Amino acid sequence: MDLSYTPAQEAFRAEIRDWLSRHVPAAPLPSFDATREGFEAHRAWEATLAEGRWGMVTWPVEYGGRGVDLIEWLIFEEEYYRAGAPGRVNQNGIFLLGPTLMEFGTPEQKARFLPPMASGEEIWAQAWSEPQAGSDLAGVRATATRDGDDYILSGHKIWSSRAAFADWAFGLFRSQAGSERHKGLSLIFFKLDTPGVTVNPIARLDGKVGFAEIFLDEVRVPASQRLGEDGQGWSICMATAGFERGLMLRSPARYQVAAAKLVDLLKTTGRADDALALQAVSQAWMDAEAYALSIYATASRLIAGGDIGPETSTNKIFWSELDVALHQAALSLLGARAELRPTAPDAGPVGDWLDDYLFALAGPIYAGSNEIQRNIIAERLLGLPR
Amino acid sequence: MDFTLTPEQILFGEVVAQVLDDHCNGAALRRLMASGQARDPSRWGALSDTGAAGVLVAEDLGGLGLAEIDFLGVAQACGHAGLPEPLVEHAGLATPLLARAGGPADLLDQALSGQASLAIGHPINPFVADADTAAALLLEHEGEVHLVRADQAQLIRQDSVDPFRRLFRVGWTPSADTRLLVAAEGASAWDQALDRGALFAAAQMLGLAQKCVDLSVAYAKERQQFGKPIGTNQAIKHLLANVQVRIEFARPVLQAAAAHAGRGDLHAKARISHAKLAADAACDLAARTAVQIHGAMGFSWEVDVHFFLKRGLALSHAWGGPDFHRARVTRRMLSAPLGPDQTFAQGAAHG
Repeated sequence: MDLSYTPAQEAFRAEIRDWLSRHVPAAPLPSFDATREGFEAHRAWEATLAEGRWGMVTWPVEYGGRGVDLIEWLIFEEEYYRAGAPGRVNQNGIFLLGPTLMEFGTPEQKARFLPPMASGEEIWAQAWSEPQAGSDLAGVRATATRDGDDYILSGHKIWSSRAAFADWAFGLFRSQAGSERHKGLSLIFFKLDTPGVTVNPIARLDGKVGFAEIFLDEVRVPASQRLGEDGQGWSICMATAGFERGLMLRSPARYQVAAAKLVDLLKTTGRADDALALQAVSQAWMDAEAYALSIYATASRLIAGGDIGPETSTNKIFWSELDVALHQAALSLLGARAELRPTAPDAGPVGDWLDDYLFALAGPIYAGSNEIQRNIIAERLLGLPR
Repeated sequence: MDFTLTPEQILFGEVVAQVLDDHCNGAALRRLMASGQARDPSRWGALSDTGAAGVLVAEDLGGLGLAEIDFLGVAQACGHAGLPEPLVEHAGLATPLLARAGGPADLLDQALSGQASLAIGHPINPFVADADTAAALLLEHEGEVHLVRADQAQLIRQDSVDPFRRLFRVGWTPSADTRLLVAAEGASAWDQALDRGALFAAAQMLGLAQKCVDLSVAYAKERQQFGKPIGTNQAIKHLLANVQVRIEFARPVLQAAAAHAGRGDLHAKARISHAKLAADAACDLAARTAVQIHGAMGFSWEVDVHFFLKRGLALSHAWGGPDFHRARVTRRMLSAPLGPDQTFAQGAAHG
């Protein structure tokens, strides 16, 4: 146990801090989930990051990364959130599909897909869920029918984050006719502008079009766009979901920065002597710290050769509940102004707390609902019977 | 940066846990309760033989010269077992304080071997635990550290809900003969004792919380209703999953708190307090969940749950209750820089 940074780690922090201070846009970019303009502004930012080789620091140098370990990734994330840098429009690609591609992809697939993913040239959406296959993802019905060197994709995907404006999607399809449940599935990429693909944006709780439904009507794609073996789709998805829930989707710095802002709000609203307000704020701050310490512990364990296990489920429950509670505390501090849109003439400095609160309500649902995570903890960690 | 425990750091905890596996199951707890005795001599002997009392004592005084984190597993194991004997206060707090304060060498040797046990009366606690079985008491008077022999003190027993907590109001007269440290030196010794007391109470509560989950899982797998084990129901699973989440996110706070406990600065104190609050919350939820899952059995003395519920209740308020520790967290939160680059911050000592 050594909880101090090495000189190399400190130097890494100084380097990214310096670079961000010179490159982060002075004014926040418009949301990537609301308009094409905002989406493209974020794509341009991804290109800027990639030019500095900051797009995905843990990736190998050959794919535009720096080949650093998870501790340095955490340091990068800390500085990134600290600097208020733009949200990562390609997080489905770089955090979820990227690591999975590196594990399961062919050399040709890695060379084809990773560099434009790293540069933001190609932005990815996830196409797993279907109207009848949500928590019960093994109920996927969309089909991939082999036809020579191609697959013909048909079906209905939904709740695909970023799909309204993205370029590519990675979807889960039933590629073996007559197969059931977890068997006979394949993970297949498709371009969202391929003939036969229709994307309908869906308004979220906060009014943005952050996700979409995708209709596939006999969409022809080359079989080279399948990741892994035919029929291996389920295990690849579970590996991806492990990254998603466990480590990369929500880095602790996100909550530590939000908690620091919450403490500022406590002070500026003059409520630091209000015992109830103080209790809610200090709990949120402590939970953000606890989450950070936990991820440092997990990262250290993985570096030492350990595997990521059911803590992906405990993590997901913890950060999603922390996010809701933190924003509830903020709205409580704003009082009667909590309901105001920032555009209201007399809103004052209400910031993004309201929209971020509404978004936080999705946390206990996406990436595997918290109820499913509790089943996983009870059965796989505690050993209760199914 | 390496947030993993070394084999040496988990060694003592594992050794003590093994002794407790052999000597401190539910039947052993019931046997001691029925006997009315203060302790089980063979268990105390086996625990003393592990050398745990030397962990935090300097090498030149006969100890191992290790740090708080090396003792963390010992305290967790004692919590998990619901250990009646005062190993945590004797080995984690009192013996190191006696050594630090320059107490008599023969008494220190006896304390290190477990032949004599020591009790500690910190001003934050109104009563002294296990004073009646102690050879000597370390007591506070206006910041000074005093050493009082058992026969120099008047003890008034205070009944605790925990059948194994032996609390006493201690009547004694400070004198130049009993004084080990003057106030100028005593203040930091008491300060360190408070931090260690809170840290090790948190470790015990984390152990207690996991014990409550372990007992509940075993019961839910066995207990049948509607023709199947109650543990197949999501209503049961989700209660236990919620407890385990609390445990998982108290543990790294506890470990980080232990790693920096020796610094004694604003950040270290706040993290110890955070650890105690988090372990307390986990332990409280775990104990109440265990009672619920055991149903009417959980509300009785027929199963072991009540031992752990009661110990948790006692430790929640020992070595500073939730209000005290929340105030220490708040002081750090409102006065020092915040943000993701401050996770492992350190600073000047702060009272």
